Amino acid sequence: MAKYQKEIQKILAKYPPDQKRSAVMPLLFLAQRKEGFVRKQALSEISQILDLQETEVATLVGFYTLFHDHQAGTYRIQVCTDLCCALRGSEDFLAVLCEALEIKPGETTQDGLVTVEEVKCLAACDKAPMYQVQVKDGISYHENCSVDNTLGMIQEWREDSNGKEEGAI
Amino acid sequence: MSEKITLTIDNQQVTVEQGTKIIDAAKSAGIDISVFCYHPKLESVGACRICLVEVGRTQQDRNTGELLLEEDGTPRVYFSGTLETACTIPVAEGMVVRTDNEKVNKAREDILEFILTSHPLDCPVCDKGGECSLQELTFSYGLGESRFPLEEKIHLGKHIPLGDLIYLDQERCIQCGRCVRFQKEIAADPVLAFYNRGRKANIVSYSNPPFDSYWSGNTTDLCPVGALTTKDFRFEARIWEMESAPSICSHCPVGCNITINTRWDPKTGQKTIQRVMPRQNEWVNELWICDKGRFAHQFTSGKKRLTKPLARNSQGKLKSVSWQKAFKIASEGLKSHTDGLVTLAGGRLTNEDLFQLSQLTDGLAGKKILDSSLAGGDLTARVGLGQGSNIKDVGPGSAILVVACDLEEEAPLWWLRVKAAAERGATLIVANPRETKLDRAANHILRYAYGEETKTVVDFTKKGNKIARAFKEAENVIILFGSEGMSYSSSINLAQACANLLISTKHVGKKNNGLLAVWPEANTQGARDMGFIPRENLPEVLESAEALIIAGADPVGDGIVEDLSEKFLIVQELFLTDTAAQADLVFPVLAVTEKPGSFTSGERRVQLFEAALPAQGECLADYEIAGKLGEALGLNMVQGSAEQILKEIIKSQPNYESLTLAALREAPEQQPFVAKEALSYTGTVFKNTSGVGVLLPVEAEKTEISLEKISLTKTKFGKGLIAVPVTRLYDQGTMVRSSEVLHPRLLTSQLIINPTDAEKAGLTSESQVKISFGKRKFEAVVDLDNSVPEGVVLVPRSMGILLVGPENAVIKAVK
Amino acid sequence: MSEYVLLRHRDIPNIKDLKVYQEQGGFESFKKAVTTLEPVQVTDIIKTSGLRGRGGAGFPTGLKWSFMDQGNWPHYVVANADESEPGTFKDREIIEENPLQFLEGVAIGSYAVGANAAYIYLRGEFWQLAEFLDTKISELERAGLLGEKLFGTDYSLKIHTHLGAGAYICGEETALLESMEGKRGQPRIRPPFPPSFGLYGKPTVVNNVETFANVPRIMEKGPDWYRELGTEDSAGVKVFSLSGRVKKPGNYEMPFGSTYRELIFTHGGGIVNDAQIKAILPAGASSAILRATDNVLDTPLEYASIRNLGSDVGSGSVIVIDETVSMDWVIKKTIDFFKHESCGKCTPCREGNYWMSHLTRQIAFGEKNEDQIQLLYDVAKNIQGKCLCALGEFSVMGVLTSIERFPEDFGREPKEPDKG
Repeated sequence: MAKYQKEIQKILAKYPPDQKRSAVMPLLFLAQRKEGFVRKQALSEISQILDLQETEVATLVGFYTLFHDHQAGTYRIQVCTDLCCALRGSEDFLAVLCEALEIKPGETTQDGLVTVEEVKCLAACDKAPMYQVQVKDGISYHENCSVDNTLGMIQEWREDSNGKEEGAI
Repeated sequence: MSEKITLTIDNQQVTVEQGTKIIDAAKSAGIDISVFCYHPKLESVGACRICLVEVGRTQQDRNTGELLLEEDGTPRVYFSGTLETACTIPVAEGMVVRTDNEKVNKAREDILEFILTSHPLDCPVCDKGGECSLQELTFSYGLGESRFPLEEKIHLGKHIPLGDLIYLDQERCIQCGRCVRFQKEIAADPVLAFYNRGRKANIVSYSNPPFDSYWSGNTTDLCPVGALTTKDFRFEARIWEMESAPSICSHCPVGCNITINTRWDPKTGQKTIQRVMPRQNEWVNELWICDKGRFAHQFTSGKKRLTKPLARNSQGKLKSVSWQKAFKIASEGLKSHTDGLVTLAGGRLTNEDLFQLSQLTDGLAGKKILDSSLAGGDLTARVGLGQGSNIKDVGPGSAILVVACDLEEEAPLWWLRVKAAAERGATLIVANPRETKLDRAANHILRYAYGEETKTVVDFTKKGNKIARAFKEAENVIILFGSEGMSYSSSINLAQACANLLISTKHVGKKNNGLLAVWPEANTQGARDMGFIPRENLPEVLESAEALIIAGADPVGDGIVEDLSEKFLIVQELFLTDTAAQADLVFPVLAVTEKPGSFTSGERRVQLFEAALPAQGECLADYEIAGKLGEALGLNMVQGSAEQILKEIIKSQPNYESLTLAALREAPEQQPFVAKEALSYTGTVFKNTSGVGVLLPVEAEKTEISLEKISLTKTKFGKGLIAVPVTRLYDQGTMVRSSEVLHPRLLTSQLIINPTDAEKAGLTSESQVKISFGKRKFEAVVDLDNSVPEGVVLVPRSMGILLVGPENAVIKAVK
Repeated sequence: MSEYVLLRHRDIPNIKDLKVYQEQGGFESFKKAVTTLEPVQVTDIIKTSGLRGRGGAGFPTGLKWSFMDQGNWPHYVVANADESEPGTFKDREIIEENPLQFLEGVAIGSYAVGANAAYIYLRGEFWQLAEFLDTKISELERAGLLGEKLFGTDYSLKIHTHLGAGAYICGEETALLESMEGKRGQPRIRPPFPPSFGLYGKPTVVNNVETFANVPRIMEKGPDWYRELGTEDSAGVKVFSLSGRVKKPGNYEMPFGSTYRELIFTHGGGIVNDAQIKAILPAGASSAILRATDNVLDTPLEYASIRNLGSDVGSGSVIVIDETVSMDWVIKKTIDFFKHESCGKCTPCREGNYWMSHLTRQIAFGEKNEDQIQLLYDVAKNIQGKCLCALGEFSVMGVLTSIERFPEDFGREPKEPDKG
């Protein structure tokens, strides 16, 4: 967390000085930025910044669905299959997408790039099938989706990440 | 005084204080409303919903504000039709509550059915069986059949260690959250929380070590089911097989009321302690005990206990002899050394032991000396807590000064109650050379250098700052002082300075005012009252004695003297201590759990306890030994039971004359209500039926106490590190070490230093070092802590390094 | 066609740009309030307008503002942008397309209750929206429309965004406040209500995004104008989120007094494949489900009239079910949702939804067994009236009303056709 000093200060400035506990969720998002999940080390650092017990920080990771305590794919495709989306075919969409990626909902593709998850309503009920993509440092919405354009997008990610790796060598 | 409110609960008129919750109002009228999540000492959250009742309220005319009336002139009462939680609704004038009609009973049944859908059916092997709130309420109100299929029950973790002392059964947890709230609100260690949400939520601890708290055992008393159990009691016994003995904890001066549960072990044929439980005393420990009091009980059953009298034979070896022979040797030995007898007694003896030892010593014109590292027992008798005091009543308008002690480590329940007083609005001033947990609750913190405690107390009110003002404006003042970093002799000055401050500000001889000493042992105050006095020059006094009786003390092991083998030495002991090993005679004594007696707590509350276990071997109580020895010497001693001796104490000891046995045994009804039949309300804490004890009067109530001079000589240290003795709850003393369950929690490092000092010396955490004070050298392990001032080494007492006061020290790494 | 009150971007493209918004008179209402009106006058105007909370409960907004404890300071304003009810997606469009009107509403509300700090609590999934709002807030600060000593007065206001992290329950106002304080988003016992004990224990107004978005227009055009847009019972306009088996799902702003028929068939283009409409969930997954009879379709939409039909306007999230869908499946979906989102604090919601999820799954995918259907109904009834917050209370509405109003979908005798 040390390298995010500036951002930490900016977050803390939002809340009254005696209520810095309010910053715990923003700081958890910050902690996820490196690896996409919160390590125990980060819990401890956040607890020190905010004068909390680690347990008080950890409990939030368990409560809120956008915090994760273990590694998953670089891209988490979170498909809404709630009532309204299901009425517009999102359950089939999820099944076909998973089949194409050879995984079950909740699993990660073999290359570690994509995890597909089933989630509850994302407030885009008129544009199903839809999903959000959660990456280390943000969330984006993808609406009126088809399996084909989703697979195309994944292919682009794949090429991107291969390119990066090659570049790294 | 707050306003009184009258309401009707189940056709019964009930009058209670404004702000009372319906549930407590009902309880005060003897009406039980079932609860799981509610607890009268915790914030109410209205989560479990079992306490749903029907609530009717009076109505007012919107314009005139007048009560609307029925035709018959009685106030109209409106019922909304929705059930409400009795644990969250404060009473209101004219309110009508129904706790026992079809609708309410159906709701309770429904909630029970919901809870039982995910609760496992492992009652036969559950430690809570027999004292389980869920079992009791299901028995009384349950449906009798399960509509949720057994095969669909949720399966979760069964034996999860939450920490070293407490286990969690996730399936049994009904998510009442009492444990989480207790840790946050009462213990101020929020190291428990729920992880996940909904039905999947379960209790976790992420502290290091896990469940890092001195209070963890209390969560098992609060747990309404068998989700939380203690490591020492898991699968050990059934509730109904056990016997209960009311007792007083012997680990610190607070005097927590406990109940010792014992059972005949069919395998060994011996009666053993199964568990130690809190017993309600709202003047002392309320419903709580610390983990040391709960778990450190195995010292009495240690294998190394002495069970027969030992006498030194002609070859110089200690060999067992009969009591008759032992008394003969003792009386002959004492007769031949009549001039120089010294009796050294420790604060773990009972008042009865001490009284008899005192009579014996007086009869032989000997000196009575108290083994204590802290002075001031005379002052607490003069200006101690006034009659009627209860820290629970201390709040706004009062000030509490805590000086030179780490209260949670030294007297945990006092920490808890002082912290609670501060939360209620009392002004808390904490004066200590380093940060302690009490600082978090403090309004003001006075930091001083080791050695300047007395000066700090003398000076702080002279300043015109807000701390001085806060202190001076307080209507009531309590001062607690300890021995952090001090020798006995410097504590004389500190005690007097604290007493002077109270006397000069007229905070003596009154309720909720006075001086409290954080004594090293449970009955140090009682020993002082029985005439045993600590000596500054203890080594010389011991060395100049011709004959010695040492009871409940180990001056050789503590490094006060090296060699007493030339004396005629009688030692009364549980174990063969270093001192006992040098004795001519060793008398095996009963442990505190094996004899009845009384202790005088640090607040000067005299409390009785009973024997929980039968005598071991041929052991006798210290009072019996002293009595028989006196008799053998032809002295006029009280003979008989502890009770008869106590009657004699009451007759003859100053300040004790106001006591009566009846008063000591009085157990008034207490709030909150504790009873077996109200298990769900307050948990498994035991009801107090054998007495809450009596607070002794202080002299300041009768006479004016004058100020005494103090000397403000500053302790001079040489250059380099200064080592100071401090007290830690989990030391390596005999009482703690023999409880295996506590081993993972015991301190392993004997020196604690600031990381900056460590860096300078090339040390890291857990470095092996040699510490030397002049010629005395000890091997030790280092721990680092930012709160230790630079240039200071903390040396926890009872950890193997002998240090009676601050001293220059040299630390060198061992390769 | 009358002009939009809330979805004004549909009349005025680029109203999200400050320049455009100001050309339309944007922030004049705020300025006027701060420079010429006492806070209590602002509250009175909102009271008179008849505006009711658009988050679901429909509590009169001005009245809520007037409840703020004047003996306890500071005061806070919190905008609830935790939009998570299945079927609701209106706040997102308002923030995306007409953010400045919403922000001005927050600013006016803050002035009315004397708050110098306002927080916008967005569900964590609205990450991009939060970043977008942050840029808008910075723009307003640079333009001197937010910040210290506004318009030469002593009034200062900071608006901050705060992201949730995935929990439907945080839409419940006290759970939202807990979450903002850095805790698990679990509802508090009410009373006390936020206007006396809110954020950090201080008096707090919590209002929905759409509620705030109404405020600048009411201030500009007057409370009477707003009242007249709606009906006697329900003033003004409402954005309805239309979803489910309709041809053109989306947000539609309509004055109160319009009908479901207008919404579904005129705006929504009718049912997919022109199938027969069967049911309406007027308020998302929490709805008491209505049989889509002519009576229901033609009833003027008002808080009172929908209640008379046996449901609620709620947040106006209308989910349409057609004849191809069986109600046992619908309630399986809603209960899956509530089981997932139950915070676990109170017993009936935690255990009840867990139990109902077993039953609804078995009923939807297994043989219809009358004992199980009766048990499901009993369990739902047993939850009702015992929960700590509205999540639990409303979780059973779909189950109860489906079994009561669509018995044929549960293998029971069909009811007599509705006469209405």
